[in-house]
Amino acid sequence: MNYVILGAGPAGVTAAETLRSVDSQASITLVGGEPEPPYSRMALPYLIYGKIDEGGTYLRQDPTHYDQQRIRYVTGRCGGVDSRAKELYLSGGEVIAYDKMLIATGANPIMPPIPGAHLEGVETCWTLEDARHILKLAEKGSPVVLVGAGFIGSIILEALYLRGCDITVVELAPRMVARMMDETAGGMLGRWCEAKGVRVLTNTRVTNIESGPESGPRLSVGLSNGQRAPADLVVMAVGVRSNTGFLVGSGVKTNTGITVDDYLHTTAPDIYAAGDCCEGVDLSTGKPDMLAIQPVAVEHGRIAALNMAGHRHRHRGSLNMNVLDTIGLISSSFGLWQGAQAGQTAKVVDEGGYKYMKLEFEGDKLVGAQCVGMTDHVGMLRGLIQTGFRMGGWKEKLLAAPERLREAYISVAQGSPTAGPMSPHVNTPRAGFHGGASGH
Amino acid sequence: MLKALVIDAGKCTGCKQCEMACSLENEGEFNVAKSRIRVFDFHTEARFVPYTCTQCAEAWCQQACPVNAITTDSMGVKVVHENLCVGCKVCTIACPFGTVNYNASTGKVIKCDLCGGKPACADACPTGAITFQDAEQGGFDKMKIWAAQSGNAATHEGPNTPKASQAAGTGH
Ligand SMILES: Cc1cc2nc3c(=O)[nH]c(=O)nc-3n(C[C@H](O)[C@H](O)[C@H](O)COP(=O)(O)OP(=O)(O)OC[C@H]3O[C@@H](n4cnc5c(N)ncnc54)[C@H](O)[C@@H]3O)c2cc1C
Repeated sequence: MNYVILGAGPAGVTAAETLRSVDSQASITLVGGEPEPPYSRMALPYLIYGKIDEGGTYLRQDPTHYDQQRIRYVTGRCGGVDSRAKELYLSGGEVIAYDKMLIATGANPIMPPIPGAHLEGVETCWTLEDARHILKLAEKGSPVVLVGAGFIGSIILEALYLRGCDITVVELAPRMVARMMDETAGGMLGRWCEAKGVRVLTNTRVTNIESGPESGPRLSVGLSNGQRAPADLVVMAVGVRSNTGFLVGSGVKTNTGITVDDYLHTTAPDIYAAGDCCEGVDLSTGKPDMLAIQPVAVEHGRIAALNMAGHRHRHRGSLNMNVLDTIGLISSSFGLWQGAQAGQTAKVVDEGGYKYMKLEFEGDKLVGAQCVGMTDHVGMLRGLIQTGFRMGGWKEKLLAAPERLREAYISVAQGSPTAGPMSPHVNTPRAGFHGGASGH
Repeated sequence: MLKALVIDAGKCTGCKQCEMACSLENEGEFNVAKSRIRVFDFHTEARFVPYTCTQCAEAWCQQACPVNAITTDSMGVKVVHENLCVGCKVCTIACPFGTVNYNASTGKVIKCDLCGGKPACADACPTGAITFQDAEQGGFDKMKIWAAQSGNAATHEGPNTPKASQAAGTGH
């Protein structure tokens, strides 16, 4: 069997390794679209503020890893796919034939059509090459305009802050991270950043970018509030679009991402898709959606590979979840954080202390959550939501006191501490996560 | 032979010696907030439950790590490599048991690694609520012990197992 994996991000690399683990004989080719070893985009912020060097962004550290796994790694841009001839074409002219192919080409940042967006000094923060540019353009004290305060924009914000840049954030929405958290949480993040000396301009648009004056910073950024902001660097983080342009005419159907079935198979024979480029099922809604996050890319990669190798493995959906560190204020959101229709909400807010927790219930199940300023054991939220445990009597207790989450988790997911499951000798069989921590 | 922490919450008196021992062993300070094992206090019931990572086979934390900073050692233990961890915290939300935590003073995550084979919590526990035992005793491997205790551990469960095997809940 000849497997070809297009895209060497977390989805592609996980898929290649999974294929090798279930098929020792197959030929496996992994194609990366950039002249780099396979690396992780989400490690780029840590490169920007000097926590790691380039090697620290690599998905696998051992340089012989791919050889050892007998995964042929090549780089080149794919310009087209012929699903009848079962070939893909790289821009250098190379033709790669496949028996089964995985598309894992991820997403690309959107460049908004702003006059002057092509000027030198206007960058996205998406590739290793982008990060190298940013490192060159922004020094300690450099004025930087960051366009977009969504989840990824906010991560970039922290990196630029820790690099020592003087930051102005321009966000169209009325608050930061508007698609990850509510007004209370977004408001806290905004106030926190301002207290740290970052200018946060919400409800504001960039109208144009011009070259700066001879003596001053490289660029001058026009804003919808009538002001101009000087900048050595403008970073665009206004959203992403799946990377599927090369599929036109290939028979692979795309919507906002590549359309896949429950086995991550596309509409073309023997072609699968995984990660940011595809629309897998969102566990919370049961509907296809682009969940452009690292854990989903890995889940997809693994499941798609198992299906390619003939091990039928249904993807029942991925949970949307994010964790964000905004200059030391850590927040997270899970599942239906906006709440369910006719659902119930529990919350505790401490505006001054920058602490917030909100739980969303549907019936007696937890379906969504948001946290600011709390990190201990937050994974339990994922556990409860993903598993769909019935909270029973604990729901009322949590509605009254959401901070009792840990007790609720132990009781519901691990069994009541009074009952058998917590002791080494157990009688009541129960479903749920096996092995989950204590008492097992 | 694989060994595992076995916790008998019924014997726990809430003295928190395990938390102290863990933070001293791993962080060099008495700071229970940095302990990798935590004793949960059921206020209204005056009950205590020690809680930590069981080194689960599925290793959700390991799969979620973007830079391969969590690996499985020969004992099946999931170990965080501090030199590689960038502190992104994705593992802390990915672990459905909530047993990987962020340590703001180092900017890295921490989780139980069984102290490299000699867990300080078990040594420190005065009541036998936490013991370190052969996972294969009586012909059971680690998974089978879990199976006996949790009811369904024999099935392979991961981030995406079909609903039927994971739809859970109390009183099902
Ligand atoms: C700055 C930043 C911070 C982030 N932070 C987080 C975070 O904290 N948490 C989180 O969950 N997610 C985060 N993400 C998102 C996360 O990085 C992505 O979800 C993840 O990388 C998706 O993996 P993937 O394998 O689907 O695609 P990608 O990682 O995008 O990999 C795509 C691969 O396809 C290749 N490719 C693309 N087009 C072609 C072509 N035509 N021909 C050949 N090859 C091609 C690319 O070169 C690359 O190798 C962040 C992203 C960025 C940029």
